Amino acid sequence: MQKRLPLILVLVTGVFGAVAFFIPHHAVQAADEAMRNDVQRIIAAFSLVLGVGSILTHHFNKIQHRASNWQYSWITVITLFVSAVIGLFGGIDPARPGVLPTHIGNFSFHIQTLYMNMMIPLGATMFSLLAFFMASAAYRAFRARNLSATLLLAAAFVLMLGSVPLGRMIFHPLPSFAEWILAVPNTAAKRGINFGIQLGVLATSLKILLGIERGWLGGG
Amino acid sequence: MILTCFVALLLGSISPPGNVAARDVPNDGGGSIEVTWTRSADSTVVSYHVLRQAQGSEQWETLGFVGRRSLSYVDDGARNGVQYRYEVIAESNTETTEAPPSGYAVASSQWFDTNTIPALVGTVVLSFILLYFISRARWDKKLFIRRISGLDAVDEALGRATEMGRPTLYVPGLSSIADVATIAALNILGEVAKKTAKFGTPLIVPNTDPIVYTVAREIVKESYTTAGRPDAFTQDIVFFVTDQQFAFAAAVDGIMTRERPATNFLIGMFFAEALILAETGASTGAVQIAGTDAVSQLPFFITACDYTLIGEELYAASAYLSREPLLLGAIKGQDYSKALIVGLIVLGTLLALLAGLPVLKYL
Repeated sequence: MQKRLPLILVLVTGVFGAVAFFIPHHAVQAADEAMRNDVQRIIAAFSLVLGVGSILTHHFNKIQHRASNWQYSWITVITLFVSAVIGLFGGIDPARPGVLPTHIGNFSFHIQTLYMNMMIPLGATMFSLLAFFMASAAYRAFRARNLSATLLLAAAFVLMLGSVPLGRMIFHPLPSFAEWILAVPNTAAKRGINFGIQLGVLATSLKILLGIERGWLGGG
Repeated sequence: MILTCFVALLLGSISPPGNVAARDVPNDGGGSIEVTWTRSADSTVVSYHVLRQAQGSEQWETLGFVGRRSLSYVDDGARNGVQYRYEVIAESNTETTEAPPSGYAVASSQWFDTNTIPALVGTVVLSFILLYFISRARWDKKLFIRRISGLDAVDEALGRATEMGRPTLYVPGLSSIADVATIAALNILGEVAKKTAKFGTPLIVPNTDPIVYTVAREIVKESYTTAGRPDAFTQDIVFFVTDQQFAFAAAVDGIMTRERPATNFLIGMFFAEALILAETGASTGAVQIAGTDAVSQLPFFITACDYTLIGEELYAASAYLSREPLLLGAIKGQDYSKALIVGLIVLGTLLALLAGLPVLKYL
C-alpha cells in the first residue's frame, strides 16, 4: 500500500492533467489550475520547512564533526537566522515596517534592502563569471582534434566573422552565409533534438502514469 | 427650426454596418461572445461603438470602441447562461448610425476543444506505438537498443571515484518537480545511488528545489536499501542548498573545489549556470557526465563535459541503466515513433514540392 497509493495518486492526477488540456470547460480548468498552483504551493510550503531543516542539519553536523571549513557553516546558519528574523518581523521595506526596528539612523537593513544590495550583486557577480568560462570553454572546443571538432571550429569561425563588419569587408556574402548556418543547419538540428525530447517526455510520462517507471519511488 | 431640420437630415446619412451577428466563442471555457458585422459602405466612418443588452434589461451598456477596419469584437465579460444581444454603431467625426441589433446569443463552456484534435490524434498514435513496444518487451527479451556512450561510462566513472576514494557529485538540475527533465534526472539518480551504495562511494546530492530535495532524499534512501546498504545512507548525502540560481551555482562550485569529487553528474534542467558548473568541474579534473533537454545549454555541456546525454537520451537513461525490459521497450517505441515523424516530414516535404507542379492542377 505504501507504494500503491502514490502510484494511484500519480495515475489519477496525471490523467486528469492530460485530459484537462483537451477540455476547456471552466470547471475542469479551475480544478486543473488549483492542482497546478494551489496544491503544488501548499506542498512546496511544507517541503520548504524540510529544506530549511536540511540546511541546518547539514551545517550543524559539519560544525559538530569539525569537518573541513566548518567555520563557514556558522556564517550560513547565522545569516539564515538573521535574514529570517528581519524578513518575518522587520517588515518588507521602509514603506511597510514591521515590529522590529530595521534601520539605524539612515542605515536601513530591511529584507528588501538586503536582497537588493547583497543577493542581487552577488548573483550578478556569479553570472559575470560566465564570460570568462565562455572564453575558456571556447578555447577548448575550438581545437581541431577530429573532423567534428574541425567542422565546429569552421562554423564558429564563419559565424563570428560574419557577425562583425570585418567579415563583410573580407568577403561580401559572409554575413548571409553565417545567417544561413544559423537558420538552416542549426535550426534543423535543434528541431531534430526537440522531436526526440518531446517523444522522451511523452514516453516518460506514460511510463510514470502506468507505474512502469518507478525510479522516482526509489525503484522496485 | 431650420437648424433642427438640417441636423435631422444629417443624422443617418452615413450608412450603418450590416449583418450584425453574435455567437458563443467556440472551444473556450465560456464567458465570451463574438460579435461580427460587415463594414459600413461609408468611407468617413472612423470607428464602431459596440454595445450590449442582457435579455430583460432596458439598458444598453457600452463594451468598447474598435477601429474602422475591425469587423468583430469579442465580449469576454459575458456571463454563462445569460442571453445578450449586441448593437454596433458606426461613427464618423460628426455623425453616428446604428445597425439593427443582433439576435440573442448565450456564452457557454465547451467540453472539448476541437483545435486540439491534431494533438489528440498525435498523442494517441504515439502512445499506441509506445504501449505496443512496452507490451512486446514482456515476451521479446532481445530488443536491440543502440549504445549510449554517456551511459556506458557511468560504471567506469563511478569505479574511478571508488578507486580514488573521492566522492561522486550528482546535481539533479535547477528546475522544479513539475519539469519532466527533473523527473528523468531523479530516475537516473536512483540507479546511480544503487551503484554508489554497492561500491561504497560517497555521494553528494545538492538541491535547489525543496520538493525535488524531498523526493531525491527518498529515492537515494530507497536505493541504498535496495542495494543492501541502508546503514550507509546518511542525511548528509542529499541536502537542500538554496533556491537562488547563482547562489546555488556558487555553492556547487565550492563543493567541487573543496570536496574534489572524482565524478560529476549534471543531469536535468539547467539554465545560465550550466557552463559555470561544467567549467568548474572540468578544472578540478573530474569525469563529467551531463544530460539535459535544454537545447540552449547543450553546446556548453558538450564542450565542457566528457559525456553528454543529448535530449531524448536523458529520458532513455534510467531504462538503459536498469536494463528493465519494459522500460527498454519504451525506448524502442520512441525510436519507431521518431521514424514515423521523420517519414511524415519527408512525405510532407515531397507533397509541398509536388504541389507546385502544373500537372497536379489537372488531377
